[in-house]
Amino acid sequence: MGLVLTIQSRPALAHFGAVSMLPGMVAISLIREMGPVITALICAGKIGSGMGAELGSMRVTEQIDAMEVSSTNPVKFLIVTRVLAATLMIPLLVLYADGLGLLGGWAGTNIKGDVTFILFFSQAFGQIHFIDFLPAILKTFFFGAVIGLVGCYKGYTAGRGTESVGIAANSAVVLSSLLVIIVDLIAVQITDLL
Amino acid sequence: MNDTKIPTILPVKTHSDNQVIEINNLRKGFYQQEVLKNVSLQLFNGENLVVLGKSGSGKSVLIKCIVRLLDPDDGTINVLGEDVSALKRDRLGELRKKVGFLFQSGALYDSMTVKQNLEFPLKRIKKNLTQKEMDEKINEVLEQVGLLDAINKMPSQLSGGMRKRISLARTIVVDPMIMLYDEPTTGLDPVTSDEISSLINEVQKTYKTSSLIITHDIECARATANRIIMLHDGEVYQEGILEEFEKSSDELIKSFFK
Repeated sequence: MGLVLTIQSRPALAHFGAVSMLPGMVAISLIREMGPVITALICAGKIGSGMGAELGSMRVTEQIDAMEVSSTNPVKFLIVTRVLAATLMIPLLVLYADGLGLLGGWAGTNIKGDVTFILFFSQAFGQIHFIDFLPAILKTFFFGAVIGLVGCYKGYTAGRGTESVGIAANSAVVLSSLLVIIVDLIAVQITDLL
Repeated sequence: MNDTKIPTILPVKTHSDNQVIEINNLRKGFYQQEVLKNVSLQLFNGENLVVLGKSGSGKSVLIKCIVRLLDPDDGTINVLGEDVSALKRDRLGELRKKVGFLFQSGALYDSMTVKQNLEFPLKRIKKNLTQKEMDEKINEVLEQVGLLDAINKMPSQLSGGMRKRISLARTIVVDPMIMLYDEPTTGLDPVTSDEISSLINEVQKTYKTSSLIITHDIECARATANRIIMLHDGEVYQEGILEEFEKSSDELIKSFFK
């Protein structure tokens, strides 16, 4: 993300003689928007489909029914744990992706320039304020919850045939991706008011 | 019929004071289709009751209504004196601890080993057991189904018959009072089917369970039934002991017992 963003933005900034703004621009774009949203969309594809398919398959093979007759609440055992895991772990993944993105940005600036690691990061973090960072991380908790809830719901309520496993996985990805974008839209509006 | 020796079935007293399951006028439908129409039956203490019928006659729906995996549309189901339809979730959970359910597909948790599959209900139902006691219980039931060697295997490494036996072990590990078998021999070869029938009778003897066996496998019915109920088109078509069914001149019954 950071590498591509740097390579694409450099000519435009050079046109205005603002190449020195590149680290700050890349950092703000990554941390406020691209890092959280792209990571969440990748997770919607990977985790959402995984949860939808796994729980759907458990439904089809009567494993969820077996849990119920063993006096175990499958919602607590299967859904609450997965939703919590997604809610708590996706923000960490976003931080990791942001870090990698910034490293890519530094590598991108060095393709046509010569910027030291320390200079790049001091310029990047010089442009980022707490108000950029906090809402961006807060919204990732909601992305995680949405991905976990949708994936689990679609899998848990899958029909009885094997076809329904595919449908559950597919619809989990589509709906959670759409909801990530909608949550992002709402988060941006709220952040704008701050 | 092969030469596998199947243990004999224990005789039982069929008296109204002795009922563990009583179903009255049960109705259940899906959308416009009525699957069960006014079904009434009783399961007596210590009895193996076989519910026989063609595919689609409502047998599996009946057994799922008993543990409320499906909610009946009408009628009453009393299990161990409690009206299943009226129970709150926690009370239903307590009742389910006394009822074992062997699923048609086995329903083993495929992300867990055989041992973990058996520990799962044990940890939740027999909470006071130590790990050593749990291990001993798991070894005991696995030995009973003849699959102690498979203790660390994953379900994907087991054959269909082995899955059924492990599933049976998972069900009996918590000492249920009532066993519900959903098509226990479906999809198995005759030898393995006889082994499962044999295990059903052994479970009845060893654990003094009352069993309701849903099947369309006539050999399984012959081997395990104290009493038989035939379902047809969602209704009780005939009720009696094996000999009465064997001697029946009814065309539908003859088509099963030929």
